[in-house]
Amino acid sequence: MGLSTLIACHECDLLQRRVPLANAGVARCRRCDAVLYRGSSSEDSDRALAYTLGGLILFLIANAYPIVALELQANRQAASLYDTVHALWVDGREDVSLLVAFTTLVTPALEISLLLYLLIPLRFGRTPSETVAVLRFLQRVKPWSMMEVFLLGILVSLVKLEHLAHVEPGIALWAFGALIPVLIAAAGAFNPDDIWAKIDHVA
Amino acid sequence: MNQHPVTARQVGLCACHTCGLLSKWKRDHAGLTCPRCSSHLHLRKPDSIARMWAFLIASYLLFLPANLLPIMHTNSLFGAQSDTIMSGIVYLWVSGSWHLAMVVFIASILVPSAKLLALTFLAVSVQKRSQWDPIQRTNLYRIVELVGRWSMLDIFVVSVLVALVQLQSLATIRAGHGAVAFGAVVVLTMFAAMEFDPRLIWDPQDDPR
Ligand SMILES: [Zn+2]
Ligand SMILES: [Zn+2]
Repeated sequence: MGLSTLIACHECDLLQRRVPLANAGVARCRRCDAVLYRGSSSEDSDRALAYTLGGLILFLIANAYPIVALELQANRQAASLYDTVHALWVDGREDVSLLVAFTTLVTPALEISLLLYLLIPLRFGRTPSETVAVLRFLQRVKPWSMMEVFLLGILVSLVKLEHLAHVEPGIALWAFGALIPVLIAAAGAFNPDDIWAKIDHVA
Repeated sequence: MNQHPVTARQVGLCACHTCGLLSKWKRDHAGLTCPRCSSHLHLRKPDSIARMWAFLIASYLLFLPANLLPIMHTNSLFGAQSDTIMSGIVYLWVSGSWHLAMVVFIASILVPSAKLLALTFLAVSVQKRSQWDPIQRTNLYRIVELVGRWSMLDIFVVSVLVALVQLQSLATIRAGHGAVAFGAVVVLTMFAAMEFDPRLIWDPQDDPR
């Protein structure tokens, strides 16, 4: 019996036979409906690479420019993502500052760069040497990337300030808005199972 | 077609938590690793429920300070003001942004408390080897995993406000102790959800003792 023809559901442990899927197909657990694996096409990793590169550019813009500016009686204050982390730090809230930095800066930056580390060599038919470690790390770190929540947080704070002062959305706000769907598309196209399968063939 | 569902564990197989590869499970091999990705292999996440309780109890302890202590102090020409999560929601509501007040209420109050209760319910039901509707309980676990992160909303709101409202003499906003407690609750409940192994929901009916 070949173990590679079987798959155990990661949510209910039900043992099932793998069946070949069409490109956009999704295999779900017969018992609990969890997604077991997705059909793969050769364009998947190309699309993932394109989206991730787009995400990288948007991420850089989102970090280089102010998110919002506030004007009140000739006083003007603009804040970038880094400024929010920095302001909390100098305010003596190092713990909150680190939490914000970790979830909106460090984790997304790691996600984007590690995806590129995997996808660029794969584009040229090579499997990078640290593939296994990187895939494991990406899986662990994923829940901690919270840019979409941060974007909603910006919007809520804008509404709160609207009554007090004139607020002006910055370039970074639009970049954030565009970045989130792009990263979701990248994650949708990126299929780790394909890479695991490649590793099997090498080994 | 077989009538009885067969699980990997029943036939002595163990799926890797990281890459999904099936390996033969040997009872006496404690330090078994996955041949493909060299992750440690376990039939179920080790000490899942005990670790989950540790995170849950810590979350419950911090839940009150998170909601009662001010998350933000405002100093302006009009005087000083301290806001808890709830008073921030009330402020949004009375200033006419009732839809945003709802969003913040759902993200900051409803989701964290519902999440704590849901995780507690899952932990208790698994400990009692309950066989009550595994599909519903699996769905509950999926919802918890999906929505938990949105509780970070208020932390981000405070941090943007702190950075923006530093207008020298006019107004300043500082983060309060409530923000630390609240952030800790979000992180701890996320850890609790990650420790939970949904396969434990199905084990009592697959392997009745
Ligand atoms: Zn299943
Ligand atoms: Zn593995």
